[in-house]
Amino acid sequence: MPIESSAQALVPQISIRNLNFYYGKAQALKGINLDIYKGKVTAFIGPSGCGKSTLLRTINRMYDLYPGQHAEGELLIDGENILHGNVDTIALRARVGMVFQKPTPFPMSIYENIAFGVRMHEKLNRSAMDDRIEWALTKAALWNEVKDKLKQPGTSLSGGQQQRLCIARGVAVKPQVLLLDEPTSALDPISTGRIEELIHELKSEFTIAIVTHNMQQAARVSDFTAYMYLGELVEFGKTDDIFVKPKDKRTEDYITGRMG
Amino acid sequence: MNEFEKHVSRAFDDELTTLRSHVLEMGGLVEAQCLAATQAYTSGEISTVSDIVETDRKIDVFQTLIEDECAQVIAKRQPAATDLRLILGVTKIVTDLERIGDEAKRIAKGARRIHGEGPKSLPPHTADVRHIAKAAADMVRRSLDTFSRLDTEEARQIIRSDAEVDTEFKAVIRQLVTYMMEDPRTITTSIDIISIARAIERIGDHAKNIAEHIIYIVEGRNNPPAFKESAS
Repeated sequence: MPIESSAQALVPQISIRNLNFYYGKAQALKGINLDIYKGKVTAFIGPSGCGKSTLLRTINRMYDLYPGQHAEGELLIDGENILHGNVDTIALRARVGMVFQKPTPFPMSIYENIAFGVRMHEKLNRSAMDDRIEWALTKAALWNEVKDKLKQPGTSLSGGQQQRLCIARGVAVKPQVLLLDEPTSALDPISTGRIEELIHELKSEFTIAIVTHNMQQAARVSDFTAYMYLGELVEFGKTDDIFVKPKDKRTEDYITGRMG
Repeated sequence: MNEFEKHVSRAFDDELTTLRSHVLEMGGLVEAQCLAATQAYTSGEISTVSDIVETDRKIDVFQTLIEDECAQVIAKRQPAATDLRLILGVTKIVTDLERIGDEAKRIAKGARRIHGEGPKSLPPHTADVRHIAKAAADMVRRSLDTFSRLDTEEARQIIRSDAEVDTEFKAVIRQLVTYMMEDPRTITTSIDIISIARAIERIGDHAKNIAEHIIYIVEGRNNPPAFKESAS
Protein backbone atom coordinates (compact mmCIF):
# COMPACT_ATOMS: atom_id res chain seq x y z
CA MET A 1 0.00 0.00 0.00
CA PRO A 2 1.94 3.06 -1.10
CA ILE A 3 1.31 6.27 0.82
CA GLU A 4 1.81 9.61 -0.84
CA SER A 5 3.66 12.34 0.99
CA SER A 6 3.67 15.98 0.05
CA ALA A 7 6.73 16.97 2.09
CA GLN A 8 9.38 14.54 0.89
CA ALA A 9 9.42 11.41 -1.18
CA LEU A 10 9.21 8.24 0.89
CA VAL A 11 11.79 5.62 0.05
CA PRO A 12 10.92 2.06 0.97
CA GLN A 13 13.79 0.41 2.83
CA ILE A 14 11.93 -2.83 3.25
CA SER A 15 9.30 -4.08 0.82
CA ILE A 16 7.20 -7.02 1.89
CA ARG A 17 5.31 -8.80 -0.88
CA ASN A 18 2.79 -11.64 -0.45
CA LEU A 19 4.49 -12.81 2.70
CA ASN A 20 3.15 -15.99 4.32
CA PHE A 21 4.64 -17.46 7.46
CA TYR A 22 4.13 -20.87 9.02
CA TYR A 23 4.84 -22.35 12.42
CA GLY A 24 4.85 -25.98 11.22
CA LYS A 25 1.45 -26.23 9.56
CA ALA A 26 -0.13 -23.28 11.35
CA GLN A 27 -0.16 -20.17 9.19
CA ALA A 28 0.75 -17.10 11.24
CA LEU A 29 1.02 -14.48 8.47
CA LYS A 30 -1.32 -14.33 5.51
CA GLY A 31 -0.38 -12.50 2.34
CA ILE A 32 1.27 -9.44 3.92
CA ASN A 33 2.06 -6.55 1.57
CA LEU A 34 3.76 -3.58 3.14
CA ASP A 35 6.52 -1.01 2.69
CA ILE A 36 8.65 0.13 5.62
CA TYR A 37 10.09 3.52 4.79
CA LYS A 38 13.65 4.66 5.22
CA GLY A 39 14.28 6.94 8.18
CA LYS A 40 10.76 6.52 9.49
CA VAL A 41 9.32 4.73 12.50
CA THR A 42 6.72 2.12 11.64
CA ALA A 43 4.65 0.73 14.52
CA PHE A 44 2.89 -2.63 14.48
CA ILE A 45 -0.13 -2.92 16.70
CA GLY A 46 -2.75 -5.58 17.21
CA PRO A 47 -4.01 -8.05 19.81
CA SER A 48 -1.82 -10.92 21.06
CA GLY A 49 -1.30 -13.57 18.43
CA CYS A 50 -2.04 -11.28 15.49
CA GLY A 51 1.38 -11.94 13.95
CA LYS A 52 3.09 -8.61 14.60
CA SER A 53 6.08 -10.12 16.44
CA THR A 54 6.25 -12.89 13.86
CA LEU A 55 6.49 -10.29 11.12
CA LEU A 56 9.27 -8.50 12.97
CA ARG A 57 11.16 -11.76 13.48
CA THR A 58 10.89 -12.47 9.76
CA ILE A 59 12.68 -9.26 8.84
CA ASN A 60 16.01 -10.47 10.30
CA ARG A 61 15.24 -14.18 9.82
CA MET A 62 15.25 -14.83 13.53
CA TYR A 63 12.93 -17.77 12.72
CA ASP A 64 15.88 -19.62 11.11
CA LEU A 65 16.93 -20.61 14.60
CA TYR A 66 13.82 -22.73 14.97
CA PRO A 67 13.17 -25.81 12.82
CA GLY A 68 9.71 -26.15 11.30
CA GLN A 69 9.19 -22.42 10.83
CA HIS A 70 9.31 -21.04 7.33
CA ALA A 71 8.34 -18.02 5.28
CA GLU A 72 7.10 -17.68 1.70
CA GLY A 73 6.92 -14.64 -0.53
CA GLU A 74 9.31 -11.75 -0.82
CA LEU A 75 10.96 -9.59 1.80
CA LEU A 76 13.17 -7.10 0.02
CA ILE A 77 15.70 -5.02 1.90
CA ASP A 78 17.13 -2.42 -0.48
CA GLY A 79 15.93 -4.62 -3.33
CA GLU A 80 17.45 -7.90 -2.12
CA ASN A 81 15.09 -10.73 -1.18
CA ILE A 82 16.42 -11.82 2.19
CA LEU A 83 14.18 -14.88 2.32
CA HIS A 84 16.46 -16.68 -0.15
CA GLY A 85 18.28 -19.66 1.32
CA ASN A 86 21.70 -18.37 0.35
CA VAL A 87 21.50 -15.14 2.35
CA ASP A 88 24.20 -14.80 5.02
CA THR A 89 22.00 -14.47 8.11
CA ILE A 90 24.85 -13.31 10.33
CA ALA A 91 25.55 -10.39 8.01
CA LEU A 92 21.81 -9.80 7.68
CA ARG A 93 21.41 -9.43 11.43
CA ALA A 94 24.19 -6.84 11.43
CA ARG A 95 22.15 -4.86 8.91
CA VAL A 96 18.94 -5.46 10.82
CA GLY A 97 19.41 -5.13 14.56
CA MET A 98 16.86 -6.25 17.12
CA VAL A 99 15.96 -5.33 20.69
CA PHE A 100 13.66 -7.54 22.71
CA GLN A 101 10.95 -7.13 25.30
CA LYS A 102 13.17 -8.01 28.24
CA PRO A 103 16.61 -6.42 28.41
CA THR A 104 19.15 -9.13 27.51
CA PRO A 105 22.61 -7.89 28.51
CA PHE A 106 25.35 -10.48 28.07
CA PRO A 107 27.04 -11.64 31.30
CA MET A 108 30.04 -9.40 30.70
CA SER A 109 31.08 -5.79 31.21
CA ILE A 110 29.20 -2.86 29.75
CA TYR A 111 32.11 -2.26 27.39
CA GLU A 112 32.26 -5.88 26.24
CA ASN A 113 28.50 -6.05 25.77
CA ILE A 114 28.89 -3.61 22.91
CA ALA A 115 32.36 -4.62 21.66
CA PHE A 116 31.26 -8.26 21.31
CA GLY A 117 28.98 -7.67 18.35
CA VAL A 118 31.25 -5.14 16.70
CA ARG A 119 34.20 -7.60 16.71
CA MET A 120 32.12 -10.16 14.80
CA HIS A 121 31.76 -7.83 11.85
CA GLU A 122 34.71 -5.46 11.94
CA LYS A 123 38.35 -5.39 12.98
CA LEU A 124 38.94 -2.21 14.94
CA ASN A 125 42.00 -1.15 16.86
CA ARG A 126 41.72 -0.24 20.53
CA SER A 127 41.09 3.47 20.12
CA ALA A 128 38.66 2.98 17.22
CA MET A 129 36.75 0.50 19.36
CA ASP A 130 36.70 2.96 22.28
CA ASP A 131 35.32 5.59 19.95
CA ARG A 132 32.68 3.20 18.60
CA ILE A 133 31.57 2.30 22.12
CA GLU A 134 31.29 5.91 23.18
CA TRP A 135 29.40 6.67 19.95
CA ALA A 136 26.94 3.79 20.48
CA LEU A 137 26.36 4.62 24.14
CA THR A 138 25.85 8.27 23.26
CA LYS A 139 23.34 7.28 20.57
CA ALA A 140 21.52 5.22 23.16
CA ALA A 141 21.52 8.17 25.60
CA LEU A 142 23.42 6.10 28.14
CA TRP A 143 26.99 7.43 27.90
CA ASN A 144 26.76 10.00 30.67
CA GLU A 145 25.40 7.44 33.09
CA VAL A 146 27.97 4.70 32.45
CA LYS A 147 31.15 6.42 31.18
CA ASP A 148 32.87 5.97 34.56
CA LYS A 149 31.91 2.32 35.00
CA LEU A 150 32.41 0.67 31.64
CA LYS A 151 34.16 -2.28 33.33
CA GLN A 152 31.17 -3.09 35.53
CA PRO A 153 28.88 -5.92 34.49
CA GLY A 154 25.96 -4.98 32.22
CA THR A 155 23.61 -6.72 34.60
CA SER A 156 24.47 -4.19 37.34
CA LEU A 157 22.46 -1.52 35.50
CA SER A 158 18.80 -0.77 36.12
CA GLY A 159 16.17 -2.25 33.80
CA GLY A 160 15.82 0.93 31.78
CA GLN A 161 19.60 1.31 31.51
CA GLN A 162 19.95 -2.34 30.48
CA GLN A 163 17.45 -1.80 27.69
CA ARG A 164 19.36 1.25 26.49
CA LEU A 165 22.53 -0.86 26.66
CA CYS A 166 20.82 -3.37 24.36
CA ILE A 167 19.90 -0.56 22.00
CA ALA A 168 23.52 0.66 22.10
CA ARG A 169 24.62 -2.90 21.27
CA GLY A 170 22.17 -2.90 18.38
CA VAL A 171 23.30 0.40 16.89
CA ALA A 172 27.04 -0.27 17.48
CA VAL A 173 27.28 -2.40 14.33
CA LYS A 174 25.67 0.46 12.37
CA PRO A 175 22.62 -1.39 11.07
CA GLN A 176 20.24 0.04 8.49
CA VAL A 177 17.18 -1.14 10.35
CA LEU A 178 16.37 -1.49 14.05
CA LEU A 179 13.62 -3.86 15.11
CA LEU A 180 12.15 -3.19 18.54
CA ASP A 181 9.91 -5.90 19.95
CA GLU A 182 7.96 -4.31 22.81
CA PRO A 183 11.10 -2.57 24.03
CA THR A 184 9.46 -0.82 26.99
CA SER A 185 6.89 -3.29 28.25
CA ALA A 186 9.11 -4.20 31.20
CA LEU A 187 10.09 -0.61 32.02
CA ASP A 188 8.72 2.11 34.29
CA PRO A 189 7.17 5.26 32.75
CA ILE A 190 10.32 7.39 33.07
CA SER A 191 12.56 4.79 31.44
CA THR A 192 9.84 4.32 28.81
CA GLY A 193 9.88 8.04 28.14
CA ARG A 194 13.68 7.93 27.68
CA ILE A 195 13.45 5.04 25.20
CA GLU A 196 10.70 6.84 23.27
CA GLU A 197 12.82 9.97 23.11
CA LEU A 198 15.68 7.80 21.90
CA ILE A 199 13.53 6.30 19.13
CA HIS A 200 12.81 9.83 18.02
CA GLU A 201 16.54 10.63 17.93
CA LEU A 202 17.55 7.41 16.21
CA LYS A 203 15.19 7.62 13.29
CA SER A 204 17.34 10.24 11.59
CA GLU A 205 19.95 7.50 11.06
CA PHE A 206 18.05 4.24 11.17
CA THR A 207 14.82 2.83 9.87
CA ILE A 208 12.85 1.62 12.86
CA ALA A 209 10.08 -0.96 13.17
CA ILE A 210 8.49 -1.30 16.58
CA VAL A 211 5.98 -3.76 17.95
CA THR A 212 4.05 -2.46 20.92
CA HIS A 213 1.00 -3.33 22.95
CA ASN A 214 0.84 0.23 24.16
CA MET A 215 -1.26 2.01 21.57
CA GLN A 216 -0.51 5.45 22.93
CA GLN A 217 3.18 4.62 22.53
CA ALA A 218 2.58 3.71 18.88
CA ALA A 219 0.75 7.00 18.47
CA ARG A 220 3.59 8.93 20.12
CA VAL A 221 6.66 7.44 18.49
CA SER A 222 5.69 6.30 15.01
CA ASP A 223 5.23 7.93 11.60
CA PHE A 224 3.33 4.97 10.19
CA THR A 225 1.15 2.43 11.89
CA ALA A 226 0.15 -1.05 10.76
CA TYR A 227 -2.80 -2.74 12.43
CA MET A 228 -2.70 -6.53 12.25
CA TYR A 229 -5.34 -9.03 13.18
CA LEU A 230 -5.34 -12.83 12.90
CA GLY A 231 -2.22 -12.86 10.73
CA GLU A 232 -3.49 -10.28 8.28
CA LEU A 233 -2.54 -6.67 7.72
CA VAL A 234 -5.87 -4.90 8.24
CA GLU A 235 -4.78 -1.32 7.79
CA PHE A 236 -1.58 0.57 7.15
CA GLY A 237 -1.31 4.32 7.05
CA LYS A 238 0.08 7.49 8.54
CA THR A 239 -0.08 7.38 12.32
CA ASP A 240 -1.78 10.78 12.32
CA ASP A 241 -4.65 9.33 10.30
CA ILE A 242 -4.90 5.94 12.00
CA PHE A 243 -5.42 7.38 15.47
CA VAL A 244 -7.89 10.08 14.49
CA LYS A 245 -9.78 8.59 11.58
CA PRO A 246 -8.96 4.97 10.77
CA LYS A 247 -10.51 3.66 7.58
CA ASP A 248 -11.27 0.13 8.73
CA LYS A 249 -13.93 -0.58 11.35
CA ARG A 250 -11.72 -3.30 12.89
CA THR A 251 -8.88 -0.80 13.42
CA GLU A 252 -11.34 1.67 14.95
CA ASP A 253 -12.66 -0.98 17.36
CA TYR A 254 -9.17 -1.98 18.43
CA ILE A 255 -7.68 1.45 19.05
CA THR A 256 -10.77 2.68 20.89
CA GLY A 257 -10.80 -0.38 23.14
CA ARG A 258 -13.93 -2.01 21.81
CA MET A 259 -12.57 -5.50 21.26
CA GLY A 260 -14.35 -8.06 23.41
CA MET B 1 -27.23 4.36 17.65
CA ASN B 2 -24.93 2.97 20.28
CA GLU B 3 -21.66 3.65 18.59
CA PHE B 4 -20.21 4.95 21.85
CA GLU B 5 -21.02 1.88 23.86
CA LYS B 6 -19.53 -1.57 24.11
CA HIS B 7 -16.01 -0.67 25.14
CA VAL B 8 -14.14 -3.40 26.95
CA SER B 9 -14.27 -1.00 29.89
CA ARG B 10 -17.90 -0.57 30.93
CA ALA B 11 -16.95 2.43 33.08
CA PHE B 12 -15.69 4.19 29.93
CA ASP B 13 -19.07 3.56 28.26
CA ASP B 14 -20.81 5.02 31.29
CA GLU B 15 -18.64 8.14 31.22
CA LEU B 16 -19.39 8.79 27.56
CA THR B 17 -23.11 8.12 28.05
CA THR B 18 -23.21 10.60 30.93
CA LEU B 19 -21.33 13.14 28.85
CA ARG B 20 -23.74 12.82 25.96
CA SER B 21 -26.81 13.06 28.14
CA HIS B 22 -25.40 16.18 29.83
CA VAL B 23 -24.95 17.80 26.41
CA LEU B 24 -28.56 16.99 25.54
CA GLU B 25 -29.76 18.27 28.90
CA MET B 26 -27.84 21.53 28.45
CA GLY B 27 -29.19 21.73 24.90
CA GLY B 28 -32.74 21.28 26.16
CA LEU B 29 -32.30 24.25 28.49
CA VAL B 30 -30.82 26.36 25.70
CA GLU B 31 -33.65 25.52 23.32
CA ALA B 32 -36.25 26.44 25.96
CA GLN B 33 -34.40 29.75 26.47
CA CYS B 34 -34.70 30.55 22.76
CA LEU B 35 -38.42 29.89 22.75
CA ALA B 36 -39.05 31.82 25.97
CA ALA B 37 -37.04 34.84 24.80
CA THR B 38 -38.79 34.98 21.44
CA GLN B 39 -42.13 34.62 23.20
CA ALA B 40 -41.27 37.53 25.52
CA TYR B 41 -40.57 39.72 22.51
CA THR B 42 -43.50 38.75 20.30
CA SER B 43 -46.13 38.66 23.06
CA GLY B 44 -44.82 41.56 25.16
CA GLU B 45 -45.08 39.33 28.22
CA ILE B 46 -41.82 40.38 29.89
CA SER B 47 -42.34 38.89 33.36
CA THR B 48 -40.31 35.86 32.19
CA VAL B 49 -37.18 37.91 31.42
CA SER B 50 -35.69 37.62 34.92
CA ASP B 51 -36.18 33.82 34.74
CA ILE B 52 -34.39 33.75 31.42
CA VAL B 53 -31.44 35.70 32.85
CA GLU B 54 -31.37 33.31 35.83
CA THR B 55 -31.46 30.18 33.66
CA ASP B 56 -28.54 31.50 31.61
CA ARG B 57 -26.35 31.07 34.70
CA LYS B 58 -27.42 27.44 34.88
CA ILE B 59 -26.33 27.01 31.27
CA ASP B 60 -22.89 28.45 32.09
CA VAL B 61 -22.55 25.98 34.95
CA PHE B 62 -23.44 23.14 32.59
CA GLN B 63 -20.74 24.23 30.17
CA THR B 64 -18.09 24.15 32.90
CA LEU B 65 -19.31 20.76 34.09
CA ILE B 66 -19.19 19.21 30.63
CA GLU B 67 -15.77 20.67 29.85
CA ASP B 68 -14.47 19.19 33.11
CA GLU B 69 -15.92 15.82 32.18
CA CYS B 70 -14.17 15.99 28.80
CA ALA B 71 -10.86 16.79 30.51
CA GLN B 72 -11.36 13.82 32.85
CA VAL B 73 -12.00 11.43 29.97
CA ILE B 74 -8.90 12.65 28.11
CA ALA B 75 -6.74 12.32 31.23
CA LYS B 76 -8.05 8.91 32.24
CA ARG B 77 -8.86 7.14 28.98
CA GLN B 78 -6.61 8.66 26.30
CA PRO B 79 -9.47 8.40 23.81
CA ALA B 80 -8.66 7.68 20.16
CA ALA B 81 -10.49 7.90 16.83
CA THR B 82 -14.30 8.09 17.29
CA ASP B 83 -14.01 8.64 21.03
CA LEU B 84 -11.40 11.38 20.61
CA ARG B 85 -13.52 13.13 17.99
CA LEU B 86 -16.56 12.91 20.22
CA ILE B 87 -14.71 14.60 23.08
CA LEU B 88 -13.27 17.32 20.85
CA GLY B 89 -16.65 17.82 19.19
CA VAL B 90 -18.46 18.06 22.52
CA THR B 91 -16.12 20.76 23.83
CA LYS B 92 -16.92 22.81 20.74
CA ILE B 93 -20.66 22.06 20.83
CA VAL B 94 -21.02 23.27 24.43
CA THR B 95 -19.25 26.50 23.50
CA ASP B 96 -21.83 27.12 20.77
CA LEU B 97 -24.68 26.13 23.10
CA GLU B 98 -23.47 28.59 25.69
CA ARG B 99 -23.33 31.35 23.05
CA ILE B 100 -26.88 30.52 21.97
CA GLY B 101 -27.87 30.96 25.61
CA ASP B 102 -26.20 34.39 25.59
CA GLU B 103 -28.08 35.40 22.44
CA ALA B 104 -31.37 34.28 24.01
CA LYS B 105 -30.58 36.44 27.02
CA ARG B 106 -29.89 39.34 24.67
CA ILE B 107 -33.29 38.85 22.99
CA ALA B 108 -35.03 38.76 26.38
CA LYS B 109 -33.33 41.96 27.53
CA GLY B 110 -34.19 43.63 24.21
CA ALA B 111 -37.82 42.62 24.74
CA ARG B 112 -37.73 44.22 28.17
CA ARG B 113 -36.39 47.48 26.71
CA ILE B 114 -39.06 47.54 24.01
CA HIS B 115 -42.02 46.52 26.16
CA GLY B 116 -40.78 47.92 29.48
CA GLU B 117 -42.81 51.10 29.27
CA GLY B 118 -46.07 49.25 29.00
CA PRO B 119 -47.83 47.63 26.05
CA LYS B 120 -47.48 49.36 22.74
CA SER B 121 -48.07 48.48 19.14
CA LEU B 122 -44.99 47.00 17.50
CA PRO B 123 -43.65 47.90 14.11
CA PRO B 124 -45.32 45.76 11.47
CA HIS B 125 -42.43 43.29 11.30
CA THR B 126 -43.13 41.20 14.36
CA ALA B 127 -44.44 38.38 12.22
CA ASP B 128 -41.22 38.27 10.19
CA VAL B 129 -39.06 38.31 13.31
CA ARG B 130 -41.23 35.61 14.83
CA HIS B 131 -40.75 33.60 11.68
CA ILE B 132 -36.94 33.69 11.67
CA ALA B 133 -36.94 33.13 15.43
CA LYS B 134 -38.96 29.99 14.88
CA ALA B 135 -36.62 28.86 12.09
CA ALA B 136 -33.54 29.47 14.28
CA ALA B 137 -35.02 27.70 17.32
CA ASP B 138 -35.94 24.87 15.00
CA MET B 139 -32.30 24.62 13.87
CA VAL B 140 -31.22 24.39 17.51
CA ARG B 141 -33.71 21.62 18.22
CA ARG B 142 -32.70 19.71 15.10
CA SER B 143 -28.99 20.08 15.86
CA LEU B 144 -29.53 18.48 19.28
CA ASP B 145 -31.59 15.74 17.74
CA THR B 146 -28.84 15.21 15.18
CA PHE B 147 -26.26 15.02 17.96
CA SER B 148 -28.20 12.29 19.75
CA ARG B 149 -28.50 10.26 16.54
CA LEU B 150 -25.21 11.34 14.90
CA ASP B 151 -27.07 11.79 11.64
CA THR B 152 -24.80 13.56 9.15
CA GLU B 153 -27.51 13.78 6.49
CA GLU B 154 -29.67 15.86 8.83
CA ALA B 155 -26.57 17.85 9.89
CA ARG B 156 -26.08 18.88 6.25
CA GLN B 157 -29.75 19.91 6.06
CA ILE B 158 -29.23 22.17 9.08
CA ILE B 159 -26.22 23.80 7.42
CA ARG B 160 -28.41 24.53 4.39
CA SER B 161 -31.22 25.91 6.61
CA ASP B 162 -28.83 28.53 7.95
CA ALA B 163 -28.63 30.20 4.54
CA GLU B 164 -32.43 30.68 4.63
CA VAL B 165 -32.31 32.26 8.07
CA ASP B 166 -29.56 34.59 6.86
CA THR B 167 -31.61 35.64 3.83
CA GLU B 168 -34.72 36.32 5.92
CA PHE B 169 -32.64 38.26 8.44
CA LYS B 170 -31.38 40.54 5.69
CA ALA B 171 -34.96 41.08 4.46
CA VAL B 172 -36.08 42.12 7.97
CA ILE B 173 -33.18 44.57 8.22
CA ARG B 174 -34.07 46.15 4.86
CA GLN B 175 -37.69 46.59 5.93
CA LEU B 176 -36.69 48.15 9.23
CA VAL B 177 -34.32 50.58 7.52
CA THR B 178 -37.16 51.71 5.25
CA TYR B 179 -39.41 52.04 8.28
CA MET B 180 -36.90 54.21 10.14
CA MET B 181 -36.43 56.48 7.13
CA GLU B 182 -40.16 56.98 6.87
CA ASP B 183 -40.63 57.81 10.54
CA PRO B 184 -37.55 58.78 12.61
CA ARG B 185 -39.54 58.46 15.86
CA THR B 186 -39.35 54.66 15.44
CA ILE B 187 -35.55 54.61 15.36
CA THR B 188 -34.97 53.68 19.02
CA THR B 189 -37.38 50.75 18.91
CA SER B 190 -36.22 49.70 15.46
CA ILE B 191 -32.60 49.48 16.63
CA ASP B 192 -33.68 47.25 19.49
CA ILE B 193 -35.57 45.08 17.01
CA ILE B 194 -32.52 44.92 14.75
CA SER B 195 -30.40 43.74 17.66
CA ILE B 196 -33.00 41.08 18.42
CA ALA B 197 -33.07 39.95 14.79
CA ARG B 198 -29.28 39.93 14.80
CA ALA B 199 -29.27 37.70 17.92
CA ILE B 200 -31.68 35.32 16.23
CA GLU B 201 -29.48 35.18 13.17
CA ARG B 202 -26.48 34.40 15.40
CA ILE B 203 -28.43 31.55 17.01
CA GLY B 204 -28.82 30.08 13.54
CA ASP B 205 -25.06 30.40 12.96
CA HIS B 206 -24.28 28.58 16.21
CA ALA B 207 -26.74 25.80 15.35
CA LYS B 208 -24.96 25.48 12.02
CA ASN B 209 -21.61 25.25 13.86
CA ILE B 210 -23.02 22.45 15.98
CA ALA B 211 -24.06 20.62 12.82
CA GLU B 212 -20.49 20.99 11.51
CA HIS B 213 -19.07 19.62 14.77
CA ILE B 214 -21.36 16.61 14.41
CA ILE B 215 -20.07 15.98 10.90
CA TYR B 216 -16.53 16.14 12.32
CA ILE B 217 -17.40 13.66 15.06
CA VAL B 218 -18.81 11.17 12.56
CA GLU B 219 -16.58 11.69 9.54
CA GLY B 220 -13.39 13.08 11.03
CA ARG B 221 -13.21 16.03 8.67
CA ASN B 222 -13.11 19.67 9.63
CA ASN B 223 -14.91 22.26 7.52
CA PRO B 224 -16.37 20.00 4.86
CA PRO B 225 -15.12 21.68 1.65
CA ALA B 226 -18.56 21.40 0.00
CA PHE B 227 -19.90 23.99 2.41
CA LYS B 228 -17.05 26.47 2.28
CA GLU B 229 -18.72 28.83 -0.18
CA SER B 230 -21.74 29.31 2.09
CA ALA B 231 -19.43 30.45 4.91
CA SER B 232 -17.90 33.27 2.91
